[in-house]
Parts: sequence; C-alpha cells; structure tokens
Amino acid sequence: MDALTLSRLQFAVTCMFHFIFVPLTLGISIIIAWMETRYVLTGDELWLRMTKFWGKLFLINFALGIVTGITMEFQFGMNWAEYSRYVGDIFGAPLAIESTMAFFLESVFIGLWIFGWNKVSKKVHALSIWLVAIATNLSGLWILLANGWMQHPVGYVLRNNRAEMVDFMALITNPYGLIKFSHQILSGYTVAAFFVMGVSAWHLLRKTELEFFKRSFKQAALFGLVSAILVGVTGDFHAVEIAKVQPTKLAAMESIWETHRGVGMYLIMLPDEKHERNAVERLCVPKIVSMMAFHDSNSEVKGLKDFPVELRPPVMPTYLSFRAMVGLGMYFILASLVAIFLSLKKNLEDYRLFLNILLFSIPLPYIANQLGWIVAEMGRQPWIVYGVLKTAAGVSKNISTAQVIMSLLGFTVLYSGLGLIDIYLLTKYARKGPDNDLSAIIKTEGRN
Amino acid sequence: MELQITWFVLWGVLWAVYFMLDGFVLGTGFMSGFLAKTDTERRVLINTVGPVWEGNEVWLVTAGGVTFAAFPTTYALMFSNLYTALLMLLFALIVRGVTFEFRGKMDSPAWKSAWDKAITVSSFLPALLFGVAFGNIFKGIPMRNDFDTVNFAYDGSLLTLLNPYGLLTGVLFVMLFAIHGSLYAAIKTTGDLAKRAEDMANRLWLPLLIVAVTFLGYTYPATKLYDNYLKAPLLLIIPAIAVLSLLLVKVFTVKVQLHRAFLFSCLTITFVCFTGIAGLFPNLIPSSLDTASNLTIYNSSSSPYTLKVMAIVAFIFVPIVIAYKIWVYRIFRARVTNEDVIGDSEAY
Repeated sequence: MDALTLSRLQFAVTCMFHFIFVPLTLGISIIIAWMETRYVLTGDELWLRMTKFWGKLFLINFALGIVTGITMEFQFGMNWAEYSRYVGDIFGAPLAIESTMAFFLESVFIGLWIFGWNKVSKKVHALSIWLVAIATNLSGLWILLANGWMQHPVGYVLRNNRAEMVDFMALITNPYGLIKFSHQILSGYTVAAFFVMGVSAWHLLRKTELEFFKRSFKQAALFGLVSAILVGVTGDFHAVEIAKVQPTKLAAMESIWETHRGVGMYLIMLPDEKHERNAVERLCVPKIVSMMAFHDSNSEVKGLKDFPVELRPPVMPTYLSFRAMVGLGMYFILASLVAIFLSLKKNLEDYRLFLNILLFSIPLPYIANQLGWIVAEMGRQPWIVYGVLKTAAGVSKNISTAQVIMSLLGFTVLYSGLGLIDIYLLTKYARKGPDNDLSAIIKTEGRN
Repeated sequence: MELQITWFVLWGVLWAVYFMLDGFVLGTGFMSGFLAKTDTERRVLINTVGPVWEGNEVWLVTAGGVTFAAFPTTYALMFSNLYTALLMLLFALIVRGVTFEFRGKMDSPAWKSAWDKAITVSSFLPALLFGVAFGNIFKGIPMRNDFDTVNFAYDGSLLTLLNPYGLLTGVLFVMLFAIHGSLYAAIKTTGDLAKRAEDMANRLWLPLLIVAVTFLGYTYPATKLYDNYLKAPLLLIIPAIAVLSLLLVKVFTVKVQLHRAFLFSCLTITFVCFTGIAGLFPNLIPSSLDTASNLTIYNSSSSPYTLKVMAIVAFIFVPIVIAYKIWVYRIFRARVTNEDVIGDSEAY
C-alpha cells in the first residue's frame, strides 16, 4: 500500500472513531439540559439525580470526543497537504470559525458545568449546560458546512493555482451543508435517545430505581420519536439535493446502471460492479427512486454507465451502507413509537421482550451514523472536492509510506486502548445506576 | 498587505496565549509527581486545572485553524513536513486529555498510578516538542519550495529537528512551563502542597535563567531572528519585557507575592514567544536552504477576501471569548483544598 491508500485508511479510522463519540454528545447534552431545566423549574430532586447520572455518562463519552477531534484538524495538514493548500482559502475558514465561535464556548462552559455545582446559582449552572449543548451543535454546523463544501463546492473561483473564496454567504447558505447538518444532528439525537432508552431498559429489567428510569425512558422516547421522524424527513431532502448535484453518488446509492425515467426500487438487489449490472433484482416498488430523488415519479435518473468508470464511486459499499442506514432509520421510528406507547403504561418494566430489544438496540443508531458517513464520503469518490479535486491529488507528497504506516499503527493501538477503556467505564457507570446518596446532593445544594 | 500583517500578529498572539495558558496545565501536569506526595494532593492538582484545561487547549485548535484559514500553504507544509513530531504531540495531547476524566473513575491504586505516569509523560512531551518545533521554525527547516510551479520538497526527518538549537528551545519551554506550573500550583492550592510548589519555583528559577540566557545568546548564530531587531531597534522592547518579567518572577517569588510572580511568568512566556515571532517577520517558517523557499505571510496567505472575512469574525468573537473566559476564571479563583476534592463526586 502507498501513502495515499494508507492516508485514506487512516482518515477513515480516525474519523469513524471520532464519530463514535460525537453523535451521543450532540443529543445527550440537550437531554441533560432539559432535565436540569426541569429541576430548576420544579425543584423536584429526581430531575437533579437524572441530570447527574446521565451527566456522568455524558462526560465519559465527551472526553474522547474532544481529544480525537484535534486529530482531525491536524490530519488535514499532515496527510492531505496538497488538499489543504489547494482549498485552505475557503475550507479553512469554517474550521477556524468553528473553534472561535463554538469550540471555545463548549470547552469553557463544560468546565463550569462540571466544577460549578456549588460555585454558581442553579440557573447559571443550567444555563452552562445549555451553552454546551448549543455550542456542540453549532460546532456541527461549521464542520458540516465545511464538509458540505467538499460535497458541493460553492462560492469559489479557481485562481492562483487554488480554490479561492469569493462568496462567504454562499458557503454558509450552501443548501447541501445545511441539509446535511440537520440530518446529522437529528441522527445524533437519535443515538442519544436510544442510548438513554437502552440504559434505562437495563435497569427497568432489573427493577432498580423504577421511577428514575421510567421518567428517563419517557423523555428519551419522545425525543427519539421526534428525532427519528425528522431524520427521515431531512434524509428525503438530502436525497433530493444529492440527485441535483451529485448524480454519481445517487446512482451508486441506488445501484442504477442505465439512465431511464420512472426509476423503481428493488427491495432485494445485489450490484455486480464487474459486469455493470445488478446480479439480483427482485420485488420492484415502481417509480419510487424517481419520486424520492426529484419528487416526480417520471423523472429521469442518470445511471452509472453514463459516467466513465474512473469517475464512479465504489458501488457495493455505497449501496449497502445506504440500504442498511435507511432500514435502520425505519426501525428507529417504529421502535420509538412502541416505546412512547409503552412508556405511557404504568407497568413498563413488565414488557421484558421489548426492553431487551431496546437494550440491544443501543449500538444500532451508532452504526446508522457511521453508515451514513460511508455513503457521504465513499459516494463522493474519486473526488475529495466533488468535481474540483481528486482524492489522489490531495495527499501530501512529502510524507513517506513508512511514516503513515507508523502513524496508522499508532492511532489503531492508541484508539483501541482508549475505546475499550471508555466502553468499560461507560458500562460500569451505566450499570451502577444513579447516586443513592441524597445527602451528598443536598450537601451540594446547601452550598449554593 | 495590511491584512496579512494583521493576521501575522493575530497568529503570533494565538500561539503566545496558547503557550501561556496551556503552559501552566502542562507544567502542573509533568511537575505533579514532584509536587504532590499523596493521592489527595494529586487530585487537588488535577482539580486546579480541571475547570480550565479544555478551554485552554482550544487556543491550540484555534491557532491551528487560523493557520489553516489565513496561511493555508504554511499550514499544509508545517503539518506535513513535521509529520512525525506532530504525531507524537497529538498522541500526548490525546492521552493527557482523557487522563483528567479517566483517572478518578476507578478506585484502584494500580489504575491511578498508571494514569499518574500518563499525566507526567503526556504533559512533558508536548512542552518539549512544542519547544523543539518552534526552535526549528526560528532556525528554519530544510525545505525547497517553488511557489510558481507549486512544488514543495522537504529534506528533513524527525532527527533533523533534534539539532542543538531545537533541543535547547525544547528545554527552554520545559523550564518555562515547569516554573509556570509550579507557580500556578502555589497560588491555587494550600498548605504543604502550596509551599512545595513555591519552593520548586524558587529552585527552578536559576536553571531557567541560565537556559534563557544561553537561548538568547545561541539564537544569534543559529537563527536570523536578530536581523529584524537590528533593522528596527525599537523592537528590542519585546525581549526586554521578557527578560524583565523573568527577573520579576524571581523577585515576587522571593517576596512570596505569588500571584504577581505568576502574572510575570505569564508575561515571560508571552514575550518569549513574541520575541521569536517578531524576529520571524515576514516569514512564518523560513527555509534553512534558501530564502526563496521561505514561507512568508505574502506567499502563503489566503486571498484578501478570506482574510477580511476572517478578520471580521475574529474581531467579533475573540473579545467575547476573552470576556467569558475571564468570567469563568474568576468563578474558579479560589484555592482548591484537600477537603474540596474529598467527598466531592464531581471532582476529578
């Protein structure tokens, strides 16, 4: 393998690892902010205990999200120097704005939230977690505007051997980035909702702290249903945008080889890239792809054969990831509907089968998030900036294969170790349940 | 033209503020083994930096982001040319970050002692590596750049960076942060721990002075930093403030006016950085091979439009950031005591 392949692999490994922690942070910060707000408004100590318990899990997860994020910023320059030089004029701006506008806010107020329990008033304390939640989501906005530009470059001209920004407003109103952002944060909320429901299910199955976990479950179920539905809605908008500006990605997502009108979707299908066709095509839902992509059942969808082989993304992984993601997305809507329905019953803890299903569903939204990014990034290939710069042209020329082997190995070992510790600690504290020592909480309160 | 100078100044300020702020976190980190005698004291030390370390590290992320946005060619070549050194730095920063969160999460002595070692190493390495990296930037790195044909070549390796001047700058950073961290510990803790930290700052001062003087002297043959000072002697006020601050650190440590000593330690670090950066101008990274290959604020900057947009963003948000940072620092201005961390489930 050469430095290019290894650098791509390293980017995938470090990015996907980073993205284990980010989605939960996006959503659970809001859930916790909501819980703490309820505590401040009602004075009900159960809300406070919920804030503290979920907050602890949030922080174990948060630490790794932060530190692995620095890797992403360094890596553009380290492994993708040609890319960075070529697009830095426009791509660097959202990254720099992200740290000035959002990352500072998040990091300063997370410190205040963790350590400020007896240093600031209840209201200011609750405000600090809201600021963390807002900042985290704002971070996501700038990162996705940056990624949105790679998917659908706007507001630039090619000049002086590089892409130069000429229209900042176009960059920040890029529909591709904005839709991606909404789709992404909602996916993060779904991760958080299923995380809270799953951990609650574990405790409900053991009948520990019933009131605590029933209430947590109910909040998460509602949050989950709203989010899961909106993930679907924004996903639909996203598909329309992809159809408009990234025809090769759309064709790969649906594994469409021939250009034609009124394209349907085969429920069972297997692409055969070598022969430029699908090996299996069964159970067609007529016209649905045309309908989804262009909101017109007779519209024409471009097939992969319309594009030279070297401009097509890898079809199999893009197609399979997309299918699996959509399938999971539908499951999330269904599961959270059932969850809401059952959470209204008094004996939620008796629905053992469903609670078990939810417990084992914790990883699923994580997987769906990763699959979404595989569709987004692999479906963009061979481009690093769609239509402007090829991935192969973006890699650093001044790094050696040996260097990247070492760094990839280092990241793999370090991240595996930290990931295992993190999962171990999360499981440990999730199982331990909320702090029973009300006196400790009251003591904290007394110092307000 | 003026935009590029504005961004050069802002670039320098971001790095200087980062070193000033993370300097005491790194310093208390790698000095904690010398300062703390018990587990509780270790926890006290970690909790003095606990509320602020993340916000401090963001200055690095911002410095990196600003290099990317304002000087993309420098960003690209700085990060790829210094690949292995930055990789080690990254690993250290990652470990240090999770250490704060993970250390207190299990009640096993072996677990804690492992993380204690991790804190020491992962705080020491960035201090040393940043010093080595900036020493080499002051000196110039072996790169040959052709900006017209967009051809960039680098002749160095990790070993190239480990030259005497680079290492000396590394030692300088370590010593600066060691005193900085000790003084921070002295003003943020109580009792024996605070006293030990104060003694440490006192004892480390003379070695730091020797390293600093050697650095200033060796900078003359090793770099071209003094060229700017010869051209504009008024600039000498920058190293003068650095030296004066360093002397005042000692004066106020001896007088046991430790808050003042810490303040002058902040100024020392900031003005040591400014001394180097003012000497670099208009280069961001000089080449040690030929001056045509230097990465300057002119040949590596973004377009005027981007610089303007970024300047507007910076001038709105940096003051806001500074305002709420000061507010949060004030909230946590009290010393951390043993009693604070014992029985506090929120503490690290």
